[in-house]
Amino acid sequence: MPRNLWTRGIVVLVVLLGSVWYLYPPKQTLNLGLDLQGGIHLVLGVEVDKHVASQTDRAAEDLKAQLERKGIAVRRIAREGNATIAVELASPQAWNDLLTVAGEFQRFERRNEEPAAGRLRLVMSETEIRRLHDDAVRQGLETIRNRVDQFGVAEPVITRQGAERILIQLPGVQDPTRAKALIGRTALLEFKLLDERTPVEEALKGSLPESSEVLYQRRVDKETKTERKVPYVVQKRTLLTGAELTRAEVQADPNSPGNWQVAIEFTSTGTRIFGEVTEQNVGRHLAIVLDGNVYSAPRINERIPGGRAVITGQFTVDEARDLAIVLRAGALPAPVTILEERTVGPSLGADSVRQGLIAITASAAVVFVFMLFYYRLSGLIADVALGLNLLILFAAMAAFGATLTLPGLAGIALTVGMAVDTNILIFERIREELRLGKTPRSAVDAGFTRALRTIIDTHLTVMVTAAILYNFGTGSVKGFAVSLFVGLAASLFTAYFFTRLLFDLAYVGRRKVEAISI
Amino acid sequence: MIELFKNPNYDFIGKRKWAYYVSIAFTLLSLGSLVVRGGLRYDIDFTGGTLMQVRFEGAPSVAQVRASLTRIQLGEAVIQQFGDAREFVIRLPLAAVSSEEVARRVQAALGGDAQLGKFEIRRVEFVGPQVGRDLQLQAIYAVVAGMIGILLYIAMRFDLRGGVAAIIAVFHDVLVCLGALSLTNREFSLPVLAALLTIIGYSVNDTIVAYDRLRENRGRFVPKGRTFAQQMNDAVNQTLSRTILTSLTTFFSAAVLLFFGGKTLEDFAFVLFIGVITGTYSTTYIAAAIVVDWTQHVEGRLGRGKKAVAKA
Repeated sequence: MPRNLWTRGIVVLVVLLGSVWYLYPPKQTLNLGLDLQGGIHLVLGVEVDKHVASQTDRAAEDLKAQLERKGIAVRRIAREGNATIAVELASPQAWNDLLTVAGEFQRFERRNEEPAAGRLRLVMSETEIRRLHDDAVRQGLETIRNRVDQFGVAEPVITRQGAERILIQLPGVQDPTRAKALIGRTALLEFKLLDERTPVEEALKGSLPESSEVLYQRRVDKETKTERKVPYVVQKRTLLTGAELTRAEVQADPNSPGNWQVAIEFTSTGTRIFGEVTEQNVGRHLAIVLDGNVYSAPRINERIPGGRAVITGQFTVDEARDLAIVLRAGALPAPVTILEERTVGPSLGADSVRQGLIAITASAAVVFVFMLFYYRLSGLIADVALGLNLLILFAAMAAFGATLTLPGLAGIALTVGMAVDTNILIFERIREELRLGKTPRSAVDAGFTRALRTIIDTHLTVMVTAAILYNFGTGSVKGFAVSLFVGLAASLFTAYFFTRLLFDLAYVGRRKVEAISI
Repeated sequence: MIELFKNPNYDFIGKRKWAYYVSIAFTLLSLGSLVVRGGLRYDIDFTGGTLMQVRFEGAPSVAQVRASLTRIQLGEAVIQQFGDAREFVIRLPLAAVSSEEVARRVQAALGGDAQLGKFEIRRVEFVGPQVGRDLQLQAIYAVVAGMIGILLYIAMRFDLRGGVAAIIAVFHDVLVCLGALSLTNREFSLPVLAALLTIIGYSVNDTIVAYDRLRENRGRFVPKGRTFAQQMNDAVNQTLSRTILTSLTTFFSAAVLLFFGGKTLEDFAFVLFIGVITGTYSTTYIAAAIVVDWTQHVEGRLGRGKKAVAKA
């Protein structure tokens, strides 16, 4: 047996063994897409401008506080748009003091200065806005990752997509509604005092001071599922937020059997602030506000020194658990909206796997029989090559950690059809050479050599399209592109290199080959 | 040895005039259908909206499902039976409310209707307006980029004439596939786009095999007394059995997908099914034919030019 046959044989053997090694056991090595195993695919858009707006709000409050501390009277201080603070002094005489204070806000640039009127605008710089946008997405990503980790999902994918989007894939989640609520909620916890001077009726009619607003408490009747909204007049100023939390635990609600509550504990700073707030406001009501909804507004009976509080709201144990998770993981810096969602239940996934396998098996079977019938022994060789092609294809998917999707399975079924194209090209060429009167061996030689260029051309063009598809595609289409690409690469190896080897092996050692079965 | 064709020598290229009429007729038919129906019906992948796949325990009628959904007022719902009698796909247009709210309302409406019985929501897809627009753009980009990639590849490996002719053939195939989608009232979705791109690759595949053969023949010996049209016809004939066999196997694969691939893959398989047929046809009757006419035109001009020079 000639040396180069040995080498080629070893190459094939190595590929074969490598494939089996990567693929075994297939249930664990193959990465099934969400459409096959069930799960949630979410694309969230981060409302980055809201992060800028809230940072601007905070700066405006700081500015106001600093001016007040210096005894500078202000007529108006307000946010305009997302990134601008408009300031108007009560009297223009304090202009220079205003400039000094404003100078400390280095993230802002001074514009529209009117010293005579005591007016100016502070505009956040472009670089700062860009940085905040980026921060909002990065922090959001981190927070969501924390939440998902605590929720307990095996192998989640949480990545940034483009500038302002977050891609989340949670395989095998049984309760998508709950998972979405957990991920998508902003979870901004705020403590605010009730405005007890403004009657609720008045406030609902629209007459309330600028520093107050109406927020609602939602009460869902567990029997009738109807929602009741209770209005509260709340001071806009936030005294303390969930950022100062260290712990959040689920507890049974002692006052309402069967319901659960979340006990929270503040950081040392939080504890100090909470102590001060409760000390200064004994007798008033403190509203606990989550994402703009009032959960409760208990009366402050005395100073609370320990830095502990309880959030009640007739929660079920799951609701309380999820609330504790989002409080521990922290608030999202900016709200998120769902831009795209694809949820597949586990039963549908199983059906799809079955259908995909049937399709592959059926298309492979049809092609197998056809090749055997039409090309006899050579057809059998092509069939063996096709089998190896499928093996390598699956193994490569496992090795690269590529995801197998339903369109991916379709791509494989299609590869089966196209992979035999290579063999048909070669076989037809061999037949042609035989017709010209060549000996079987030289016909085989010529057939393989002449067909090679065509084969490379045909493979490369389809691989170009597959690459473009991959570049473009989202989830499932990407899966299709991957299996098509890998399938074609494998077919170059099996349909050309491997069949050639089999041909050579079949006719080697015989000095004179009378005829070949083709 | 089983042979489909023994030394085939059909006059394909000679009949190209007729083929042009056929191609134009099909193209016009496709365009006509697209125009009459007001363009393609896009799936929610491109328009945005919500899709829910629901399986009931019983087998309610579409009308029953529709009746229970009218109350939630989320716009015109498209309700289709999907696969078997118990399974339905509900498509809702983009609404002012959030996707969670849409899902919740549908669930409540179906659950509130005692006639429908128990059900399971097996799939929810929501595509927001932003993503839909992005996908539309990307789809166009993908098709155009695919064609440009192929054009460049062929222009590099063969010549520009071949590249342009191949692209015209591919364009025809895409149009016919879109026309077939429109005629059968199917939706243009992401999987359909994937199928279209595959067909682009497939159609070009065939064309390359013929070009390759032509180049090889011309490279081996300078054919005497055979016109370019005859040489092209030879190349097509020489690769005929390969073309038909490959088309058959791919056609089998597509047919199997169409009939056994399940409802989810149906439209995808349908496009492949049509595309394989038109892709095989367009290789000879569009790509090869155009190359022949183009070459004859150029050679004719050159010839006239020479005569003119000789006269002078």
